[in-house]
Amino acid sequence: MSSTRIPRHLISIDDLDRSGIEQVLDRAESFAEVSGREIKKVPALRGRTIVNLFYEASTRTSSSFELAAKRLSADVVNIRSAGSSVDKGESLKDTVQTMSAYDPAAIVIRSPHAGAAQLVAGWTDAAVVNAGDGKHEHPTQALLDVFTLRRRFGSLDRLNIWIVGDVSHSRVARSNILAFTRMGADVTVSGPPTLLPRQIEALGCAATPTLERIEEADVIYVLRMQHERMQQSFVPTLREYASRYQINDKRLRPDQLVMHPGPVNRGVELSAATIDSPQALIGEQVKAGVAVRMAVLYELLVGSPVLQAVA
Amino acid sequence: MSPRRLFHAARPGEELLIRGAHVLDPRTDLDGAHDILIRNGRIAELGEPGGLSASDQIDIVDAAGKHVFPGFVDPHVHLRTPGQEYKEDLDSGTASAAAGGYCAVVAMPNTTPTVDGAAVLGSLIERAQREARVPVGFLASVTRGLAGEELTEMAELRDLGAIGFTDDGKPVVSAGMLRKALQYQRLCGGIVALHEEDPALSADGVMHEGAVSARLGLAGIPSISESTMIARDSALALYEDARVHFQHLSAVESVQALAAAKEAGARVSGEASPHHLTLTHDMVRTLDSRFKMNPPLRSEADREALVEGLRSGVIECVATDHAPHAVHEKEVPFEQAPMGTTGLETAFAALYTELVLPGELDLAILIERMTAGAGLYDLPTPRIAIGEEANLCLVDLDATWEVGADGYVSRSSNSCFDGRTLQGRVMVTLAAGAVVYRRPMPVRSDHAGSGAAAGRNEGR
Repeated sequence: MSSTRIPRHLISIDDLDRSGIEQVLDRAESFAEVSGREIKKVPALRGRTIVNLFYEASTRTSSSFELAAKRLSADVVNIRSAGSSVDKGESLKDTVQTMSAYDPAAIVIRSPHAGAAQLVAGWTDAAVVNAGDGKHEHPTQALLDVFTLRRRFGSLDRLNIWIVGDVSHSRVARSNILAFTRMGADVTVSGPPTLLPRQIEALGCAATPTLERIEEADVIYVLRMQHERMQQSFVPTLREYASRYQINDKRLRPDQLVMHPGPVNRGVELSAATIDSPQALIGEQVKAGVAVRMAVLYELLVGSPVLQAVA
Repeated sequence: MSPRRLFHAARPGEELLIRGAHVLDPRTDLDGAHDILIRNGRIAELGEPGGLSASDQIDIVDAAGKHVFPGFVDPHVHLRTPGQEYKEDLDSGTASAAAGGYCAVVAMPNTTPTVDGAAVLGSLIERAQREARVPVGFLASVTRGLAGEELTEMAELRDLGAIGFTDDGKPVVSAGMLRKALQYQRLCGGIVALHEEDPALSADGVMHEGAVSARLGLAGIPSISESTMIARDSALALYEDARVHFQHLSAVESVQALAAAKEAGARVSGEASPHHLTLTHDMVRTLDSRFKMNPPLRSEADREALVEGLRSGVIECVATDHAPHAVHEKEVPFEQAPMGTTGLETAFAALYTELVLPGELDLAILIERMTAGAGLYDLPTPRIAIGEEANLCLVDLDATWEVGADGYVSRSSNSCFDGRTLQGRVMVTLAAGAVVYRRPMPVRSDHAGSGAAAGRNEGR
């Protein structure tokens, strides 16, 4: 295995071709094995520093990046906008240049604004990992979702995946459309017409405003429905949204699988029973998060040869 | 007797012989090699190449192989004075205009404070008479503070020298408010220029709504947010028989709405910018904030409709919407960056390179459209003819240059053409009878005089 397909930064799923994605996922498999041990730590990044720069609230992503870095033995600095100099009006550029003075190996950034990770990459020598930039992309979420599906199905080739809900405001949807189609899956997005971006088909997916053909899906990837969308009249009420788009026992065939990036609004986009059913892969997704983020950091910062540091 | 509408620092009239240039002025039917003798700032003689001689000590520009056009007129620039001089001011902005071949520009009133009263306009005019390198005209705002709620003292502003009125940067959202302004125009005259955008449709959009915004997850500005307002305000203009100009058209629907309004008999006109005529939303894929402007860069079909509109004359003129911003303001994520690109120094070269060279637009039409803003705004149109004040530019159509490689004359560097190689470069600009810009030209030993002329660089 070579690391030539791994870019310097991970800003977008577009930075990885199919073999690059597979390389990261293969690496993640070996780290998943580490996560099963009693001592869940390898020395791969000992002595190196990773800065987690989170400009937006996050539970899963920030905790799993922190854990991933620590399991690779890196020194971790976590910066959140609340209580930091960001709160005092410091520009993103100044914050990044300040952090760069610590000579970090990687900067992981979550920002409410599209393109933030790309800008950061231009201001630092560190490798930059996009942990979500606005409604643009969330590549590590897509990788852990592909990882979860690959474990279940072996391959995503010809897999029929529906992404349901608020596609307009979802970075997860964008990265996943790109990643799923790159891995050979057929992707359909569905949701209220007010929340399906005009010309979303340009990303390589089909789009439909109803769930009439949802039985075609092998996997239904459900997006979070945010409450503020109601105030903006994208949907009239959560009740009407749930009546048309909720994934529940009535809509779900027994052999269909359900995924969700979290956090879930129980009873809105997913029924409580579905969340807790064996058809839901939500717990596996969360578990995959640490191994996949370890793999991303490892591939960007160390690369091949395989498993040298792990074994 | 109407008041003056263009203001600039006084300069002595030029004495200059431009020798052997290809002179192209569609309005005076000039299209061939001529000598141009300028005496005391006016075109004194036009003659066969090599036919004119200067008897006394006079600058001679050897212009063989170069072109002379009437000076360009830009009906839409932001010179940022008063209040945002860190972006641009009257001196740097008009120097930038001169470097682009412009002999007159019209400044927008969305400054800090807004140009919405006699005190602000009066002080601007005074400063222009000290600092402006090329003649500057001013639009005052339609409503106080651009708030859309109360009309400005339009009659007084006109008496003082305002060319017309605009709330540029914002639409006049209320049809009722705009209607009153158009009615009031019957008293005070002056064009009403409109930035057309329905904020209920553009909302928090930051780029064109389409395949690229879908990919990037950026909120889109639909093309109809512009065209619906053009349709509405054309109906108002027709009903009130008012004179209205639509600023920076960006979409195919807007061109159609303008054409329909003209067909219906409305006294309306339109402008398009060099960036909308040459670039599309595909540039935004880079998430580079230099490509963030309002209205946004749209699709290739929109761009083609604008070019066709400009060619056919539905869109009468080119306007740069020169909008300087400081580096630190643009060095932020796309959504947070201010809208706007500079444009004065690149307008001709961008349009020549992207439209004329590939055959999309005739050079003569381009020259007509780059000067037509004057007539639309009731300002004197630059003409190359004996007796006319010298308002012209000398351009090397063979010269290629990398935008930004030598820096910018403007105080700001937020050019959407930065780093591009363009063909066609302004060498000399005369405005109101004086040389206001001069690039150093290669000294040719076989032509006495050209070297001496090159030594005097009036530009910056």
